Amino acid sequence: MSSLSERILNAPAGEYVDRKVDRAFACDGTGMLALEAWKNMGASRLAGETEFSIFFDHIAPANNTTAATLQHELREFAKSSFMTFSDVGGGICHQLMGEGVVLPGEIVIGADSHSVTLGAFGAFASGVGATDMAAIWLTGETWLRVPESIGIHLEGRFAGAAEAKDLALAYVGELKTDGATYQAIEFIGDGSKNLSVDERMVLSNLSVEAGAKAGLFYADDVTVRYLKERGHAVKPQIPESCTYTRDLEFDLSDIVPLIAVPHRVDTIKPVDELAGLPLDQVFVGTCTNGRYSDLARLARIVRGKKVAVRTIVVPASAAVLAQAIRTGVLADIVDAGCTIGTPGCGPCLGAHMGVLGEEEVCLSTANRNFKNRMGVGGEIYLSSVATAAASALEGEITVPEVA
Amino acid sequence: MQTEGHAVCLPEDIDTDVVIAGRYLRTKDRSIWATHVFEDLDAGLAPRLKGAVIVAGKNFGCGSSREQAAIAIREAGVVAVIAPSFARIFFRNAVNVGLPLIEADISCTEGSPIKFNLAQGWVDVAGKRHSVSTLSPRMQEILAAGGLVPYWRRHR
Repeated sequence: MSSLSERILNAPAGEYVDRKVDRAFACDGTGMLALEAWKNMGASRLAGETEFSIFFDHIAPANNTTAATLQHELREFAKSSFMTFSDVGGGICHQLMGEGVVLPGEIVIGADSHSVTLGAFGAFASGVGATDMAAIWLTGETWLRVPESIGIHLEGRFAGAAEAKDLALAYVGELKTDGATYQAIEFIGDGSKNLSVDERMVLSNLSVEAGAKAGLFYADDVTVRYLKERGHAVKPQIPESCTYTRDLEFDLSDIVPLIAVPHRVDTIKPVDELAGLPLDQVFVGTCTNGRYSDLARLARIVRGKKVAVRTIVVPASAAVLAQAIRTGVLADIVDAGCTIGTPGCGPCLGAHMGVLGEEEVCLSTANRNFKNRMGVGGEIYLSSVATAAASALEGEITVPEVA
Repeated sequence: MQTEGHAVCLPEDIDTDVVIAGRYLRTKDRSIWATHVFEDLDAGLAPRLKGAVIVAGKNFGCGSSREQAAIAIREAGVVAVIAPSFARIFFRNAVNVGLPLIEADISCTEGSPIKFNLAQGWVDVAGKRHSVSTLSPRMQEILAAGGLVPYWRRHR
């Protein structure tokens, strides 16, 4: 009896294996270093069977001449080597790989820590650094230690104003930032079947904040339907009973709106304990919460009202932005006084547009609140979209109303 | 490969944003990373890292996949990092850029002499020997080659 990681990697936990990578992707930041490493390896041709991609999302559009020049070099390389290439405004790598690209059972390696997001599709998806990516460009393979797995057992459905992000903060708060180091997390149980693909991506996304190598859902009817709508016929994965190193249980109906307070993702408090804390900025977006369902939720809450604090909204991809335009969600958001950024990572990593001033406080739907991440001296609180939206309207941390 | 240095003590859960901040990432000039390494933790730390062995708390290198973090530490002159556990991407990145990591839970005294032997699996702290787990054979090969770039230049 095996975990999903063991099944996909076809070896028992603890074993070191070399595996062909089905899909490998890098972004503008890691890609430029990978390109340098690749050249220094003396390489000239990409490995044959892997699907390679490069996405410009971290500093896109470029904020200065150095970034633009480095991106120019990487863009030329991506085009001349016939990689799949997504330029400025296409969106976040994890989102684009999740819009009908990654399939159940695949081995997916991204040169970005949040590559674990794609475990939502029943793939083994994990992050590496730039030089590992260069070696995959060269060989089409990588080495992996097959991880042990932690089981997160889910029951029920969300009630009240809680959403997947609150559950994600709840489990990271329980596991702590290193609770899953070197291991995978599997989300199982009837409650997992009640979650949409978008919600699963939120839960898989945060798994790296507990140190996990991967965060996997078994592909089920929800996955099959989502991928069928995007032109793929896939089969569900049937879970086998297996032994986990640790078991966590959550009833979704017990989850309440939560916030991660500075400067740790695992320091979690109920929103009502922080209600009234003044904000300087609200940010809705990222590979955690920048999907269409997130923008639609934001629009539902701010529609016909005005935000009381600067609110930056960054769609996770061009497709998300286009859908928000078509359905009127974007107009509701802009009419409420929010501003819209280019699809991509936005201010999350503090490298461009939307960084904080000293002692400014931001409520963000992102996944990291490390010290100085969004600007020196700024403080980052992490929450769900509903909490961010309700708080934007009041200009202070506010408990979201039941939808 | 140098296998001794003076201890520099750091706390647990050092994240890669603290190792090298996002605002310094868009360059290929390694000296910039070496200059600003750990700046948001202790702006005076970088010059003290030449010939140092960092002894840190658990979960060193958590967060982003930025390889610049491992490069910055190595370029600042750090000989090795010792911690009870490392975030896994940082672990791979460090070995890939030729920075030795040692998984061990040892108490740290600032400036005390540290020697280590990765192949034999021991660390001497102020004259007292601790046995430590060795790296996987593949990681030892990569480290012995000086990192993954020279490893693949040789094995291609």
